Amino acid sequence: MYAIEAHGLVKQFDGFRAVDGVDLKVPVGSIYGILGPNGAGKTTMLRTLLGIIDPDAGVRTLLGSDRPITQSRNVGYLPEERGLYQSMRAVDTIAFMGALRGLSLKEGKEKGRALLEEAGLGYAADRQIRQLSKGMAQTVQLMGTIVHDPKLIVLDEPFSGLDALNQAKLEHMIRAQSKKGVTIIFSTHVIAHAERLCERIAIIARGKISFDGLVSEARDRLRPQVHLETETLDGAWRAALPADTRAEGHWWHFTLPETGVEPLLTALVEGKAGIKSLSIERPGLHDAFVAIAGESVAAEMDEPVAGETL
Amino acid sequence: MKEILRAAFVIARRDFTAIIYSKAFIFFLLGPFFPVLVGIAAGSLGGQIAREAAQPVVGLAMTQSDSRKMTEARETLSANMGENYFTKIKIVGDAAQDKGKNPKDYLKKKEDNLSVVVTGTLAKPVVTGTKASVKRESAGIELLAAHALNPGAVKLTEAEADIVAETANSDKQLRTVTAQGGQILVFFLTMLLAGMVLSNLVEEKSNKIIEILAASIPMESVFLGKLFAMLGMALLGILVWTTIGGIGMQVTQGLPNFPTPAVGWPVFITLCFTYFIMAYLMLGALFLGIGAMAATVREVQTISMPVTMAQLINFFFASYALTKTGQPVEQFAAIFPFSSPFAMIGRAALEPTLWHHGVAIVGQLFFAILLLRLGVWLFKRNVMKSGNAGRIKDGGKRKLFGLIAVGG
Repeated sequence: MYAIEAHGLVKQFDGFRAVDGVDLKVPVGSIYGILGPNGAGKTTMLRTLLGIIDPDAGVRTLLGSDRPITQSRNVGYLPEERGLYQSMRAVDTIAFMGALRGLSLKEGKEKGRALLEEAGLGYAADRQIRQLSKGMAQTVQLMGTIVHDPKLIVLDEPFSGLDALNQAKLEHMIRAQSKKGVTIIFSTHVIAHAERLCERIAIIARGKISFDGLVSEARDRLRPQVHLETETLDGAWRAALPADTRAEGHWWHFTLPETGVEPLLTALVEGKAGIKSLSIERPGLHDAFVAIAGESVAAEMDEPVAGETL
Repeated sequence: MKEILRAAFVIARRDFTAIIYSKAFIFFLLGPFFPVLVGIAAGSLGGQIAREAAQPVVGLAMTQSDSRKMTEARETLSANMGENYFTKIKIVGDAAQDKGKNPKDYLKKKEDNLSVVVTGTLAKPVVTGTKASVKRESAGIELLAAHALNPGAVKLTEAEADIVAETANSDKQLRTVTAQGGQILVFFLTMLLAGMVLSNLVEEKSNKIIEILAASIPMESVFLGKLFAMLGMALLGILVWTTIGGIGMQVTQGLPNFPTPAVGWPVFITLCFTYFIMAYLMLGALFLGIGAMAATVREVQTISMPVTMAQLINFFFASYALTKTGQPVEQFAAIFPFSSPFAMIGRAALEPTLWHHGVAIVGQLFFAILLLRLGVWLFKRNVMKSGNAGRIKDGGKRKLFGLIAVGG
């Protein structure tokens, strides 16, 4: 059962293919990440999936319907470009966004107040949006996205512009919604977010999807790396090292062989190599991304620099 | 359809509330009073200037006796014919004393401001002045001289007055005034509001809220909601303006006396109101389509100017067609969607047939829906491009209204 399905989706603007033959399946109840650099086609793909714009070719179904707008009441959407009515009060904003999705204003206001209280922003419920900080306004918009209890939440670059504290709150919210059985799909150009939150990902670059599946499957595309330190540098045991072994003094780095690590260990012990250290490192999503999307696409990703909180 | 209307109501309610609670709404309500105030001020100023400007005067340089008789004749005849019927007269000389004086010399005296000067006798007055002045004043002077010469000779018969509202001879001509009044009012309101709808949508785009709306509800609802909100605001404005106008007219006793339209006042007012809604819906839908495609306020101004001019031409066309009832030009004006509401207001004032209006209203409504759908289609086609979408092939250039490559 899929919350979103797309086959051969194409959207072009003035001859430029922003989305180029996308096939996608987002299982119900999953947290699904769409990874790709800026300009990869993430936003256009989400807009096409949501029915904001119509595809030039291909088919898509949203919660089983090929007319996404008919599922509006079951969908929450946070666009990349945040926008709110500046003179509207926070609680009215949430109620208005709920009303767009079929909620009554009264219920929207009640739920809006409850959500704001829960987020520690109850004191700001009656303040105009223009009186709120950027982070608070983004939180209000997020509340408006979930106020009507949607079955599917679509978040376009939800972490951009948020400070560390609000990013953590957002991650918490995503996990909480997921626990309730809500399907969540979000786009990001920061791999670490996807790695922490997602069960499944799609990697998109230049409008094409190069991978769609479990995060573990993406990682499994790469063999684990073995890091070995020996006391001796030479001996018969060296013949047991794989062909791709790279030597750095007493250190040996190589890809875990298909046969596993046991035959190598036997050879090392019998050859008296003197094992000082041995570690097997599972590749991260970043390595998998580089392997799948290529170095050039990976270079376009805006990874957070060291020390930047996520 | 039910969902489209429900969502449109959500948008309309938000926009309507936002507008009427804004300070700008006060200016909107005051807007129509500015031209009135300017008109009153200009009229007052004009009147003052006119009063202060030297009025033409007929100078009398006859004998004292003749001049006095001429003055008395003017007073007597003015009682029946009105004070303004005869040009004011002023005794500027005495023929007995000014013998040999050239009449032209009287005209040179600037403070007297004479248009002509009368010399000679009552039996044979001589009028000196420019050709136009002499032509204009001669008849009056001759009448005064005749009466002065023989006060009993000119006797006016008093006719009994029996006033009717209109006559067959003058109905059409007079009703044209009513038609034009209706057309001007509807045109003014339509242009004012359609422009506001346009600004509203552009503001929405610059607020970046449009994407939330587009993802949540059909675009038809967004467009319809905005049209309804502005319409609601217009109706509120009309209510306020007519109330204040009504009070003003009561106070000043200045109720304008427009001739009764052919369909009668109640039907005419209803039709004017309906055609206003139709004209507004069509122009509003057109402007929304433009607003949906334009990315910036500058682009909106660029395109709305020619559209406004086109609408002005359209209005003049409908006004011109008023005088050509039943002729092809008038029939075309009644059929062409943008001029149809104005042309049909003209028909309502001039012709009693009603079924034409039913057909016209259905046609106009259909066209408004068509324009709305077109706007939605253009919006979905040209708007919501993100990032580099559509820019790479043109060397990074953006397309104005999705048509003309501009900028870098």
